[in-house]
Amino acid sequence: MAEIVSLPEAVAELVRDGDSVALEGFTHLIPFAAGHEVLRQGRRELELIRMTPDVLYDQMIGMGAARRLVFSYGGNPGVGSLHRFRDAIEHGWPAPIEIEEHSHAGMANRYLAGAADLPFAVLRGYAGTDLAAHTNVRFIECPYTGERLAAVAALAPDVAIVHAQEADHAGNVQLWGIPGVQKEAVLAATRSLVTVEQIVERLEPRPGAVVIPGWVLDAVALTPRGSQPSYSLGITERDNDFYRRWDAISRDRDAFLAWMAEHVLGEVLVR
Amino acid sequence: MSEASADEVQTIVAARALAHTKTVFIGVGRPSTAAILARMVHNPSLVLVYESGAIGAKPFHIPLSIGDGELAATADAVVSVPEMFNDWIGPGRIEVAFLSAAQIDRFANLNSTVIGDYDHPVTRLPGAGGAPEIAANCERVIVVIPHSRRTFVERLDFVTTVGYADGPGARQRLGMRGRGPTAVITDLGVLEPDPSSAQLVLTQLHEGVTVENARDATGWDLAVAEQLSVTEPPSDTELDALRELLAR
Repeated sequence: MAEIVSLPEAVAELVRDGDSVALEGFTHLIPFAAGHEVLRQGRRELELIRMTPDVLYDQMIGMGAARRLVFSYGGNPGVGSLHRFRDAIEHGWPAPIEIEEHSHAGMANRYLAGAADLPFAVLRGYAGTDLAAHTNVRFIECPYTGERLAAVAALAPDVAIVHAQEADHAGNVQLWGIPGVQKEAVLAATRSLVTVEQIVERLEPRPGAVVIPGWVLDAVALTPRGSQPSYSLGITERDNDFYRRWDAISRDRDAFLAWMAEHVLGEVLVR
Repeated sequence: MSEASADEVQTIVAARALAHTKTVFIGVGRPSTAAILARMVHNPSLVLVYESGAIGAKPFHIPLSIGDGELAATADAVVSVPEMFNDWIGPGRIEVAFLSAAQIDRFANLNSTVIGDYDHPVTRLPGAGGAPEIAANCERVIVVIPHSRRTFVERLDFVTTVGYADGPGARQRLGMRGRGPTAVITDLGVLEPDPSSAQLVLTQLHEGVTVENARDATGWDLAVAEQLSVTEPPSDTELDALRELLAR
């Protein structure tokens, strides 16, 4: 049953050093505030899982919180490179990082298998690509038709963290707009935290909304603007200017560290 | 009105390619601009599909990301990522895939993963995203890509997305349902696969571009069609609409 707690309490309770952690949200509803709290609490050696690492994992990788990254698209959407992600892979800074990469279809199906508690999922994919030789994918024969299909292993993160527009007092969560893989990530994970923009008396039905019952969650934390610079449809807007600015901030190691110290870690810079 | 730049011509030619298309799958960047332009000028009922889950999005602005709020807010339907890949892309419900890449080879295979060695990359690129399955399963693929020796290479550093693999029949052997790339639209011209060899052939040049220009910008011995056509110059309507769209 979801407890409604503060974000620092939730992260302290649910995220441990060495955990595999999926902070999901496909461009929309990215749980930035929760990721920053993980950094402030100094969690290390994490296996970070996310379809699109985005600026949030660029920050977490650049701060040295990750030993391993599982992903399918590591770019700053519409802008270009994720420079901290690249620096870690190309130069091992601030520490070498192990990677396991998939296609979006592969990652999405890995979450589906995890949510269903099945060992793997099948899809038509990976055939003929060099990805097949560089990642964890097997090929099986369909028992009915004989077709050769890709089989991808279930993802079962220790912790899933997602962001939503609202929850009620019982911790039932509702999100709308682009739903990504958040529900699947929560159901696939052993522990789960949802940060929300607001807590309401009653979840009003909305077209296309995804509702996650509170009883499958561990914690809900009220975190207004918790997805910025990503966005929560209907409440906040994507800060596209910040995504553009991140390119310059993240290009330089010192500029990046100074920015993180000031804006995320809350340290006062003394020079 | 000033003359169209090479980039503008490329976008306008890409938009024309969607004049009679029902559904198109698009990423960000020039393919996205071209698809929105196609809706404005040629094909108002064109259905734009974004991998973020927005089906039938009608953006007024060019989105920065494939998940901008305007896409979900204007879509006919918004689905989860697993549903997008398993129920919409996988079964081949989308007609055209508009893709780009960092490298392309003569069989229109694409690299968006890495420059250099995979384990010791010179440049780590973003990676596959949705491209491999999109290119495998959409009815056909149109590649929109800059024409230079950096992009048009003899050998890809990494095969992220299969075009025609190593030649005719390869897609069928790999179990792919879509036909594969039918056009590669660049800032110099248009290339199309030769049906017998599955290799790209230069079939069209934009105004003012020579065969030599295209050969110089291609990292393999480029085949040229006997009947080489010249791109119809952008109309005032097309150019006006594109510039107005970019200024929004």
